[in-house]
Amino acid sequence: MRRASLSAQARVEMLLTVRRSESMLVTLGIPLGILVFFAEFDGVSSVKNPVDFLVPGILALAVMSTAMVSLGIATGYERRYGVLKRLGSTPLSRGGLLTAKTMNVLVIEVLQAVLIVATGVALGWKLTAGIMAAIPLLLIGTVAFAGIGMLLAGTLRAEANLAVANGLYLVLLFLGGMAYPLSRLPAGVRFFAELLPAAALSQTVRGVLQSNPSLPLRSFAVLVVWAVAAPLLAIHFFRWEE
Amino acid sequence: MEPTAPAIEVVGLTKRYGERLAVDGISLSVGVGEVFGLLGPNGAGKTTTVEILEGYRQPDSGSVRVLGLDPSRDAKVLHPQIGVMLQEGGLYPGVKPLEVLQLFASYYDNADDPERLLQLVGLDDARKTLVRRLSGGQCQRLSLALALIGRPRLVFLDEPTAGMDPRARATTWQLVRELRDDGVTIVLTTHAMDEAEHICDRVAIVDHGRIVAAGSPMELTERVGHEEISFNAAAGLDRRRLGDALGLVGDAVAEIRPGDYVIAAASTPTLLADLTAWLRDEDISLGDLRTGRRSLEEVFLRMTSEGRPQQGRRPEDQQA
Repeated sequence: MRRASLSAQARVEMLLTVRRSESMLVTLGIPLGILVFFAEFDGVSSVKNPVDFLVPGILALAVMSTAMVSLGIATGYERRYGVLKRLGSTPLSRGGLLTAKTMNVLVIEVLQAVLIVATGVALGWKLTAGIMAAIPLLLIGTVAFAGIGMLLAGTLRAEANLAVANGLYLVLLFLGGMAYPLSRLPAGVRFFAELLPAAALSQTVRGVLQSNPSLPLRSFAVLVVWAVAAPLLAIHFFRWEE
Repeated sequence: MEPTAPAIEVVGLTKRYGERLAVDGISLSVGVGEVFGLLGPNGAGKTTTVEILEGYRQPDSGSVRVLGLDPSRDAKVLHPQIGVMLQEGGLYPGVKPLEVLQLFASYYDNADDPERLLQLVGLDDARKTLVRRLSGGQCQRLSLALALIGRPRLVFLDEPTAGMDPRARATTWQLVRELRDDGVTIVLTTHAMDEAEHICDRVAIVDHGRIVAAGSPMELTERVGHEEISFNAAAGLDRRRLGDALGLVGDAVAEIRPGDYVIAAASTPTLLADLTAWLRDEDISLGDLRTGRRSLEEVFLRMTSEGRPQQGRRPEDQQA
């Protein structure tokens, strides 16, 4: 892999992301908005220290918005516009393209995490050493959500991908234990929700960030299964041309 | 690769999409430094053929060598040496022309100067415009510049001037000639006959996935064109009766487009007199009467299904 093309590709990927204001709204605006709103208006989340509950959930939401929604929608349109096809006859390898996209996702996620943690701290959240354990979990979550995003992007028409990715974002937000606890869901729905990657990520991150840290193994297993299965499905079903 | 080896060598290429045979036994050879045109109506199999040469698609059968390589198996070695202009798309809507040229330049070891190419294709004024705000013709020119940024030895241009204004077309043709002078091999598809006549050293006319005629534009127009009369009159004349009146056999009279007739016979004074006499007797007014050599466009219409709505007598296969 040529260094020059990798950094040029990563630069353009970043440029494109920053120029898509709607994507910045999804990746930064919505997570921070939910954090501030639910932390300030007590009783909505009905937990004792809302900000302690919210920060881990919003970190998971941020990962989902970047790796699944933003990456997936952008890639779907690149497929629609023939960009992926055109790149296929240049010396840029698929690995190179994927690396540049990964770097882009990670840079956005770092930015999100810094802003979310800073906002959380401003709202009274205590930053603990558990954050070091949260990082690998968030990375596993990134792999899982990127796999889902790329699976949709590589199989659906660009418009359908846009709709499905946004719809899925909402469903996973509601069923993800991010803004309010899973315990508020009916038992049957909760059982289903716990099998989804959103709840798995928010539960594990919350587990390691609480005052006496612990990793909920069942949620962790669910997360790992998604992180393995989704990218494999994406690799298998992804079509470079619409 | 030996210096005498052709840039492209295709033998017996076929490609099937479901029931449809998109490419049906195409063989062709393109020499180094040649401008080779694939002509044909939409759906003739031009793009499929080119995309197999570019390594996008696998042939069902036949052998394909591009710069001595197998385009899909040796893609890693081939791609740095070729430049590709897709029929449509291929551009990030959210970047500016110079940005995408710089990006593509980074892919190649010995890339051309993005600024130079921007000027060469006349997009200097549009350097700060996002691709999504460029006109169709401007996008085409940017795609062309991107095909050339890696200083390729071989360039594929799929309908390069579609959507371009006349000046941009002329610039593009000039660019193609300059590339050829530099020893670059060019394969292009087009259905603009004047384009093929102006810039191609050799053309192959493709129809229904087969090559129906091949040669230099001059050879093609001469081979089929030196003895004929063409005229323009009301559409739907009874061609058989006209043929009888002129003492010609079979389908000597063709209607290549509604109202445009071609008589495959030498334009003797007697024949012209018989033609005008028949038109007088039938009370048909004559719009336009030409004799002599056919243009490539007429050859094309004559050789492909676009000009043969009547019956499907398929010309024999020919090799390019």
